[in-house]
Amino acid sequence: MSVPGGSGSSNHFTARLARRTASARTATTYWLGFAVVLALLIVAPLVLPEFWRRFVTEILIWGLLAMSSDILIGYTGMVSFGHSVFFGIGMYGAAAALLTVRPPNLWLALLYGLVAAGLVAVFVAYFSTRLRDIYFAITTLVFSQIFYVIIFTWTEVTGGENGLTFRQPPLAIPGVLSAAFTPVTLHWFVLGVVTLSYLLLRRVTQSPFGMVLQSIRENEPRTRAIGYHVERYKIVAVMLSGLVAGLAGVLYAIQNKFVAPDFVFFVVSGEVVIFNVMGGMGTLVGPVAGAAFFLLLREGLSRFWTEYYLIPVGIIFTLMVIWIPQGLLGFAKRRLNQ
Amino acid sequence: MAIPFDQILIQTVNGLVNGMILALVASGLTLIFGIMDVVNFAHGDLVMLGAFVGATTIAATGSFWLAFLVAALVIAVFGAALQASTLRPLLGRDPLTTILATFGISLVLQKYALWQWGPSARKIQEPITGQFAMFYLEYPWYRVATAFFAGAIIGAFWLFLKYGRYGIWIRATMQDRIMASAMGIPVPLVHTAVFAIGAAMAAASGVLFGPLGGVTQTMGFDFTLRAFIVVVVGGMGNLGGSILAAIFISLLEAYASIIVSPSQAVIVSFMALILTLLFRPTGLFVPTPK
Repeated sequence: MSVPGGSGSSNHFTARLARRTASARTATTYWLGFAVVLALLIVAPLVLPEFWRRFVTEILIWGLLAMSSDILIGYTGMVSFGHSVFFGIGMYGAAAALLTVRPPNLWLALLYGLVAAGLVAVFVAYFSTRLRDIYFAITTLVFSQIFYVIIFTWTEVTGGENGLTFRQPPLAIPGVLSAAFTPVTLHWFVLGVVTLSYLLLRRVTQSPFGMVLQSIRENEPRTRAIGYHVERYKIVAVMLSGLVAGLAGVLYAIQNKFVAPDFVFFVVSGEVVIFNVMGGMGTLVGPVAGAAFFLLLREGLSRFWTEYYLIPVGIIFTLMVIWIPQGLLGFAKRRLNQ
Repeated sequence: MAIPFDQILIQTVNGLVNGMILALVASGLTLIFGIMDVVNFAHGDLVMLGAFVGATTIAATGSFWLAFLVAALVIAVFGAALQASTLRPLLGRDPLTTILATFGISLVLQKYALWQWGPSARKIQEPITGQFAMFYLEYPWYRVATAFFAGAIIGAFWLFLKYGRYGIWIRATMQDRIMASAMGIPVPLVHTAVFAIGAAMAAASGVLFGPLGGVTQTMGFDFTLRAFIVVVVGGMGNLGGSILAAIFISLLEAYASIIVSPSQAVIVSFMALILTLLFRPTGLFVPTPK
């Protein structure tokens, strides 16, 4: 997928040159901004009322999911329309751990969720990465529907349409502490996981591996011609993305204490794509901002419009695809640079 | 497990009927992709809108065939407006961008339908009420008529593409956009017209499907997914392939639903899609590319 700003090679070159001279300054600005945002998010649950506290936690979880799909959409140029499958399977994995093992264990839930999402990701990656562009989008969509149908109809194990409910595990570090989650500690836990994942993903996208992914996005045949095994890189990208999405699923399951097939359904995948487009693909932070923007829009609009809030949101989304494909973050960046 | 012969025959007829409706939806989708590289995610929602417009017209006038025409015309005009306003600016961009834009449109259309017509399902009264005996079933003639009718529309459209003056314009634009433009064909107009025709065909299949399955605002996604599968299995942009693939997929699903529940039978067509993509990504029903 072509990405704004990367249209011409000379344009690219000057941009890179300019970036290098200003890199020291931008790095400081970046970490300063990172610290400020992190500090705000740490303080947030202490000052916000109950509703908004929960809201911010939820933004973080959806943001993590959006970030995971950004690895594919923004960095590798593969639009996944089936990200709900990794998210949902992560949730069901966590549910399996919390329902079968007594007493419920947080770390086991994480492990089960990640393993489940990872296995599904291997399966999906193996088949879908042989295809490109729209075919990749359609295949991921179809895979998510396959798992949706299985989960929806396999009532004995998955609870079918009703889903499963379970108890929240305590926040336990063996030998150190064990305490039930309060909304504030849950928020901090989620924030910790999301921050670590973000730093990890950021490191990955800046590593040589991440560079290869971006070169696949810019020009796949050329990347192959240089000698990179494109399919292998794509498989790893889908797996990484699936794992992180599964992690988001585990967090969501722990926060809400239930799972339902709705989370595997296409609607969630669609929302993830919306987060990415709204926030700005290929920036990692952008999708989180997109998730926040979308959830705020939904919150604000659904007060007057109830479920019809998707009409204005859909119109805004479509207009953004046409006129500001670089998303809110890219748009703001360009404005600031002028 | 022995499967009774009569059941197989009934499912064959069912599969053929569903396949013809699906072929009508998919041929619009494949045409739109073939001519302007637009993957129309909102195609199923055009089916849904057509069905609703049809149901409303029937409620007002009582005539099925009038409703059929009105739905096709209204949705054709709507499709043309949609193409001119949202897809024309995207021409020449990545097909993925068009998937995103039409996905946004699909959201809007679905919720608009919910807002306008409410959440309850509507039933369109079938215009042909007779039935004939098929084993233990009283099989409605309407279903059989639907298959023929859908076939007739596709046939007429094919003739138009083959021999009609504007049909030749469309095929020329499909083959080479720039050359067609150099020959004096108004390419942007052809694009809009093709989208309108595709939308009209979607609306027509929506009205035809109405008496069989009811009309709800969520029926679009199902059609979109199926039409995607059909179009890919048949070979993107290949009209004949799509029609064969629509029948093939529908028959597969019909036979599978003898053994498992219909909601699980969908998985069979998903598998067909994935296998096709892996082993014959150019499509099942097209000649092997040299």
